[in-house]
Amino acid sequence: MLQASNVSLAFGGSAAARAAGPQPGLHEVTLRVDRGSLVGVLGPNGSGKTTLLRLLSGTLAPHAGRVTLDGTDIRHLSRTAVARRMAVVPQETHLAFDYSVLEIVLMGRYPHLRPFELEGPDDLAIARDALAATGTAALERRAFATLSGGEKQRVIIASALAQSAGIMLLDEPTASLDPGYQIEIAALLRRLNEERGITMVVATHDLNFAASICRQLVLLRAGRVLASGPTPAVLTGELVEALYGVEADVRHHERAGHLTVVPIRRTETGRTGGRDQA
Amino acid sequence: MAHVNDGATIRRRLVLTIVVFGLLAVAACLFAPLVGSAPIRLRRVFDRSIPFADNPDAQIFFIARLPRALAGALVGSTLAASGVVLQALLRNPLATPFTLGVSAGAALGAMLVVTFPIQLALGGISAVPMASFAGSLGAVAIVYALATARRGGLSTNVLLLAGVTLNSFFSALILLVQYFADFSQTFRTVRWLMGDLDVAGYLPILAALPLTLAAFAAFVCLPRALNLLALGPDAAAARGIDVHKTQRLAFFSASLATGAAVSLGGPIGFIGIVVPHLVRLIVGADHRLVLPASALFGAAFLVVCDVGARSLLAPMELPVGILTAMIGGPFFLWLLIRRS
Repeated sequence: MLQASNVSLAFGGSAAARAAGPQPGLHEVTLRVDRGSLVGVLGPNGSGKTTLLRLLSGTLAPHAGRVTLDGTDIRHLSRTAVARRMAVVPQETHLAFDYSVLEIVLMGRYPHLRPFELEGPDDLAIARDALAATGTAALERRAFATLSGGEKQRVIIASALAQSAGIMLLDEPTASLDPGYQIEIAALLRRLNEERGITMVVATHDLNFAASICRQLVLLRAGRVLASGPTPAVLTGELVEALYGVEADVRHHERAGHLTVVPIRRTETGRTGGRDQA
Repeated sequence: MAHVNDGATIRRRLVLTIVVFGLLAVAACLFAPLVGSAPIRLRRVFDRSIPFADNPDAQIFFIARLPRALAGALVGSTLAASGVVLQALLRNPLATPFTLGVSAGAALGAMLVVTFPIQLALGGISAVPMASFAGSLGAVAIVYALATARRGGLSTNVLLLAGVTLNSFFSALILLVQYFADFSQTFRTVRWLMGDLDVAGYLPILAALPLTLAAFAAFVCLPRALNLLALGPDAAAARGIDVHKTQRLAFFSASLATGAAVSLGGPIGFIGIVVPHLVRLIVGADHRLVLPASALFGAAFLVVCDVGARSLLAPMELPVGILTAMIGGPFFLWLLIRRS
């Protein structure tokens, strides 16, 4: 179980400036992720979603509050220990060198290897299983750079899967994908969560994507938690308007089988969230 | 086509890579000293029955020619390995050991001592290598200070920018120093800048050895982390890497090793980029293979280039830096054509 308790992180500025008013960063965010859950973190650009994921994974340390993993403060765990229990799928992967798909997935096994140990047949089997689970087994020998967007994303998810971690954090997994791939990734994540019991925290600004797979939602605005709870309770017209400054129609879609959100128009209340306000 | 790291055989591939490239390096070091104005034979060199004092072949081999080959092996392996590490650090296959200003600092140090001579020789090592190493140390310190000026650890973008800035600024200083140099000093400087392996005996090699070995000890610990860095800092950290520590280790080990290599043989260009590229074409992108293979192939490559440089206009012995530059240019052209 992953928990962030009252974490705050400020970017730049003095303590006095921080005390004076809304600052970029996170403020007193509390979030609880139970085992096996699929939580969505929603918010406009700049609301702190990526920062929150970085805090949860231990890449960043909070200025106040703490992040605990199964009760232990993440700062007291070694990086490798955290890596064995938590995997991260970043928003984009820009590969500097010409690795193959299998090489990239095998990199997910590194946290399990001793200092100079090389991957063994067990690691290879786990990697291949991860490829199969994401439907990319046929791409094993291909160069990563030659894959399509959806294929790349699935390979990165396979690499995170190969870490054999119980928790996966995903940052905007469908951001640059077309609707076909979006549905594919959504189905994949749901399947991994249900069949393998992998706890997931997904940061996204795609409301429909979040509605389709997340059972719980956390709404972040300007670095603060606006609302959190089960999806039907949180994904309402009022809260969407408060979050994005957009009047939207939220209703259950018969054929899709989940809530859908259709934006109608910008409202006068506008947006007060985000780092990049003009 | 990318090369597949089939986990079950990576151990086999690693052993094969080291053995093949190692044999190449050893062969180069053994046969390079045979090339020269006086013909010598390997069998006579190692003939134990002839005492050393009466064995001209052995004397020429061990005293006159082997040091040059060993220097070539040391400089070649160091520059190639440093190139690999810096390319991984900067996430750019076009980075070279000289991108971050190390050779500019070394050149400035060497030039200052040549132009404003200091009667200083420490234990038989003349002032120029020491001054060039001091210059490279200064460059490393300045670049590191600039790159860590902002809170939040090392920024590779700022590192690159600082290196480029330092290169141009030091080049300007070099021009200034050059203005004050007379003809013979200018001649010496230009010759030094070409990069030459004509070492005077084993002493300069031994002087460069401790730092180089320390750097290689660091290189041995880096390959896995370098693989993960290629995925990006967030992905690397999520797989258990201390990104800042790795970046610092990579930066210092590669830069100091480059400084030592340049103080030994001058700024010999293109080894640090041609060798890693060729090696990646053969073994793939996995740094656990690329790093050792580049070190060994770099040694063989530079030694062979030196033989070529010595033989091209025999009996004149050209500085090896000329030959590596002549190879480097067309190599880049070929790279460009291949990519498009």
